[in-house]
Amino acid sequence: MPVRTVLNTTIEHVSILDEDGNFDADLGRDLIPDDDAVRLYEHMSICRHFDEIAFKLQRSGRMGTYPENRGQEAASLGAAYVLRPDDWLVPCYRENTGLFWRGLPMEMILLHWMGDERGNQIAADLAMTPQAIPIGTQLLHAVGLAWASKYRGEDRISCTFFGDGATSEGDCHEALNFAANLNIPVVFLCQNNGWAISVPTKIQCSAPTLAQRGMAYGMPCVQCDGNDIFAVAKVVRDAAELARTEHRPTFIEAVTYRLGDHTTADDARRYRDQAEVDAWKKRDPLLRLRNYLSERTLWDDDREKALAARAKKEVAAAARRAEEIADPARTDMFDFLYATLSPDIEAQRSTARTSSLGVDPTQLDDARSSGIEEAV
Amino acid sequence: MTRTIEYRDALREAMSEEMRRDQRVFLMGEEVAEYQGAYKVSRGMLDEFGPHRVIDTPISETGFAGLGIGAAMSGLRPIIEFMSWSFSLVAADQILNNAPKMLYMSGGQFPIPIVFRGNNGAGGQLGSTHSWCVESLYAGVPGLKMAIPFDAYDAKGLLKTAIRDDNPVFFLESERLLGIKGEVPEEEYLIPLGQATLRRRGDDCTIVGFGRPLYFCLEAAEALAREGIECDVVDGRTIRPLDIDSIAESVRRTNYCVVVDQSWPFASIGAEVAAQVHEHCFDDLDNHVIRVHSDDVPAPYAYNLEQEMLPNARKIVEAVRAVTYAG
Repeated sequence: MPVRTVLNTTIEHVSILDEDGNFDADLGRDLIPDDDAVRLYEHMSICRHFDEIAFKLQRSGRMGTYPENRGQEAASLGAAYVLRPDDWLVPCYRENTGLFWRGLPMEMILLHWMGDERGNQIAADLAMTPQAIPIGTQLLHAVGLAWASKYRGEDRISCTFFGDGATSEGDCHEALNFAANLNIPVVFLCQNNGWAISVPTKIQCSAPTLAQRGMAYGMPCVQCDGNDIFAVAKVVRDAAELARTEHRPTFIEAVTYRLGDHTTADDARRYRDQAEVDAWKKRDPLLRLRNYLSERTLWDDDREKALAARAKKEVAAAARRAEEIADPARTDMFDFLYATLSPDIEAQRSTARTSSLGVDPTQLDDARSSGIEEAV
Repeated sequence: MTRTIEYRDALREAMSEEMRRDQRVFLMGEEVAEYQGAYKVSRGMLDEFGPHRVIDTPISETGFAGLGIGAAMSGLRPIIEFMSWSFSLVAADQILNNAPKMLYMSGGQFPIPIVFRGNNGAGGQLGSTHSWCVESLYAGVPGLKMAIPFDAYDAKGLLKTAIRDDNPVFFLESERLLGIKGEVPEEEYLIPLGQATLRRRGDDCTIVGFGRPLYFCLEAAEALAREGIECDVVDGRTIRPLDIDSIAESVRRTNYCVVVDQSWPFASIGAEVAAQVHEHCFDDLDNHVIRVHSDDVPAPYAYNLEQEMLPNARKIVEAVRAVTYAG
């Protein structure tokens, strides 16, 4: 037989709590205990309010730009919930819920978008990297972090987050190939929110799923409902287990939707239909989880009211802390450039002059330096 | 006690000694393990350290550069070999936009103690795509260091220091130098980054060079000596940090300066050094600085044209004669 099939395969889609409130008791068993489901809902609600406040801060000129997370709260939270606290979180910029769940103070994200590097000065014990703003570069860092864990004989893994757009970048493909080839314990979690700014997924990728990109590199892959925190928790838990015990990576496509604009610099009304947005609003991850809790009498209007008050208070406090921080000192911009500054850069730091001005700053005497300071 | 070993052996000794000393150091790149290195620099290392620490990769420069950065973020000290720095161009975003900025953008949380190393410059009829001199492209990026060793002694001493450095170090070797033997002590030694050295002493003109073109400088200095022009040949050793003080010290003595750089002339290391010499030595110079570069064309494939394109001894002799008003 000259022609034979060498590969015949399928991609699974996992859904546990669907948009109509149906819950798959088999798949969902022992996944998220009721108490935790309540906490996760509360956390998502606070993050939703955080998103609204961040948007307002930007609109009132108190923040440079901001990418709304609205609609995508379940994906990174489901992952952070099931991962170990020392597993690396390697995010891009729509993972607020997961990062805050891990313990990142909310004001850090605000500080970042207000244009302050100190927003990325993340405590080492949180095991997370700064939000990667370039597209797709962080996947390789996640691979390297996980490779280092394996190198040391630790069972710590990495989970990296990226959008559908990032799967078109070369970095993504090289990361997938490396992880699969070198057996590196990484979970690749693609938040397919349908749009790379104004470019819909179907224009970025001709394949019917993004999940199959993982398969092409020889790793397990799965698609899940990214607005279903139970489904995300399950697929990430399984992937983490595989990574931890067998050093095998997994590619997860979490299908979700960006309810807001790409960032505050964007206006999505110019390129997408309101009907599409309205349809996705019905699949809102918060709405779904709230209904789930209400049906189980774990939630009611009083609790909702109390939560709204708590969210308002906590986010306002975070915004205050972010806005009240003193401006960084001029010398700060040199401080983390090198582990130790070379003399030419030390001179730039201490004199606020560069040698290309025609003056060798190292030759400036103290009197001259103070003169410059006064002139400034 | 010294021995005479090849430049490539000196590189291997540096890596092996540092890997014995520090478990966090590993070597990764194309062909570094089973094949013993595309240029046999890592010969024997797989046997000694095993596949856990000497790692063959897919042909994927972005991949292993980015993986190395991630590993460095977690505290390991990767040595990433580019078979040729020409191939680093596809990894530019990782090596320029990530490695040198990670410490900065994380407010000091993630140092990147990584060495990127490989062959740089026209290697002998490799054609223009494989003959890149990357120093002028890359050295301007703050946050990185760049070393460009001339001989076996420096290759070892600088590489050991680079591996121990807590910043990204771009280590530029040359295929043309790998087989050249030099004296290397048995005992351990380190050469600091940012400390130039004198390769030849003369009071009539300073010739500043880096890496392989220093051979052209020395050849030129020999010829010029026969004409009665004695040159200082200063080896910068590292481009970033640049030891401008040592260069200036020489120029203050000779009052003339020729800068030799294998990059193209426009916006180059040679232009930077010349500018700094003018700033530092304006009152000491009896003529403006003259630069000698590779011609402003892609590296030719033909042997005779490639030799002509390089900043060769003929061009340097002419430049020194001109700058000292002897020509």
